[in-house]
Amino acid sequence: MSTVATATDPFRFIGCVELRQSLDQRATDERELLDRLEDVPSGSVFYHTHGYFLRHRPITTAYGNDFAAWVAVHVRDQVLAERLAVINPFEFSSLEALREELLSAVHDHLVHLSVVPRVEYGEVFHFQQSHIVEVPLGSAAATLAEFRQGLAEVDASAIYYHMVEARARLGRRSGDFAEWLRTSLGMTALAERIQRIDAYMTSLERVRARVLALVDTALEEGA
Amino acid sequence: MIAVDDYRRVAPPGAVDIILRLAEHVRGRRFLHVSGGRFGGGAAEILQPLVPMLSDLGIDAAWEITGGDPGFYATTTALRAALTGTERALTDEALDHYVEMNRVNGKKLNLEADLVLVHDIQPATLIEHRPGEGRWVWRCHFDASRPSRRAWAFLRPYINQYDAAVFSLPKFARRLGIPKYVIAPSIDPLSDKNRELSPREVTTILRGLGVPQDKPLLLQVGPFTPGEDPVGVVDGYRLVKKYYNVRLVLAGTGDAERESVETLAELREAAHTDPDIVILELPPDAHLQINALQRAATIVVQKSVHAGFGLGAAEAMWKGKPVVGGFAGGLPQQIVYDVTGYTVHSVEGAAFRIRHLLNNPELIARMGAAGREHVRRSFLITRHLTDYMALLIHLTR
Repeated sequence: MSTVATATDPFRFIGCVELRQSLDQRATDERELLDRLEDVPSGSVFYHTHGYFLRHRPITTAYGNDFAAWVAVHVRDQVLAERLAVINPFEFSSLEALREELLSAVHDHLVHLSVVPRVEYGEVFHFQQSHIVEVPLGSAAATLAEFRQGLAEVDASAIYYHMVEARARLGRRSGDFAEWLRTSLGMTALAERIQRIDAYMTSLERVRARVLALVDTALEEGA
Repeated sequence: MIAVDDYRRVAPPGAVDIILRLAEHVRGRRFLHVSGGRFGGGAAEILQPLVPMLSDLGIDAAWEITGGDPGFYATTTALRAALTGTERALTDEALDHYVEMNRVNGKKLNLEADLVLVHDIQPATLIEHRPGEGRWVWRCHFDASRPSRRAWAFLRPYINQYDAAVFSLPKFARRLGIPKYVIAPSIDPLSDKNRELSPREVTTILRGLGVPQDKPLLLQVGPFTPGEDPVGVVDGYRLVKKYYNVRLVLAGTGDAERESVETLAELREAAHTDPDIVILELPPDAHLQINALQRAATIVVQKSVHAGFGLGAAEAMWKGKPVVGGFAGGLPQQIVYDVTGYTVHSVEGAAFRIRHLLNNPELIARMGAAGREHVRRSFLITRHLTDYMALLIHLTR
């Protein structure tokens, strides 16, 4: 389909805000981290791996998730921090698969240690989860040009909602942008390129810029 | 009155639009705040701008105040101190009187609302008088993680009657039978304490305070209490002073507690022997003075060893200053290590990081700029307003 095609179902941008909830589970050492990580709701796994992406904008820190950051900064175990940081949460088909990978990393690390690393001068790890409140942003796009304009203007939380929340928690594995471009505008190649964007260890604004660059290229090619 | 739209020039791009969209979901709903007073720091300081902003958004926002006699206030002060881990005597008679006063408050106040947010201790037992409709949430502004056992045993049954509680940090909470939400406090960038000041205004205010601007200024703002460790700051300053000709300003308020009086006497003695140590005892409403001092500072120090959340670091970072802070309370959440400043565990650590910054002036500018952006995203009242509306939507849908 061409870049001037008009969708019958316009894309509606949705932003979001996060309401954080503290759970009663906490960890003071890496063994407790392992034990609690097994038990906490999957929403907590999501919060500490994907929610990080929403909360840490625009300052991207050196660790890709809260577990790695805690182990590095508060337990000061750089080896486990590196092993946890390299786990890309966007690669997993489910939060349970991601949880299993995190558990394996901690377990395999502890197997080789005689003393369990613990917090001495830092802070205890408190498990949390979040409730996402959706915020329809009003703007709707029926063409690729309108989509581009809306994407450039919406609050960054919309990038999070459509690219992260939709994929990891709402079961829309392609992400909303790619899915709409594929099904409503028939732009399969562009959809696949957007779906392949590596959102790990970067900022929402960079993801926005990458999507915009791909859309701009498609618009130029179609002109 | 300042309108929500006025915050567009200071809030992150898109933040005000998100607020306006959220407000569409809850327009007309009644959101009642209940606290122990309209003035001072803590809950009152943030509710003063927040409640009018909620009204500006079309929410039926209200703020009620509990009253009481001297015995009521003495008990709530002691109870709060005990809940933060300080030894206090709490008699059954005093606690009964506190509950009774809130029974009277419950009859006087209009407590009908979709969401009632009850702030801190003074109104906490009002939950016994909740009307049939509406959700009730206890908003705890202090660190309740290590309370005295007796104080917590008294309060916990009341808190468990709420639908939920809100703490400033997960580590400030105790185990409860209700959901615990986490909402960090915030600063109002348009208030006297944080609004822009011209260099001329800063100079005039500092001249009035007797603080010359002829050398780099280290500043700590906070009560003259052992928890804020102003004596440790003086020790750190002395280690820095061997290498840099700096001035130290300690600005804050004292109180009648014995430890506070002793701390202030020790600081005055230090200032007596070193003219580059300036002790400023300021009234609680010296907002413009604090603002000017923070803007004039080269580096801001918040070397607390035991603190609640505290927003001194956020206030300083909003003014583009790097912060060297203690590893206590909310400081590790406000200071992004090596990005907006440093958290330290000792006097020596504070001195080392201050010297590190003075020796690398480009870091001061870079960290200051990063700090301002960090605060813009995470600690402005616009984020706080968003969180409260998310709470209202989540609990009343």
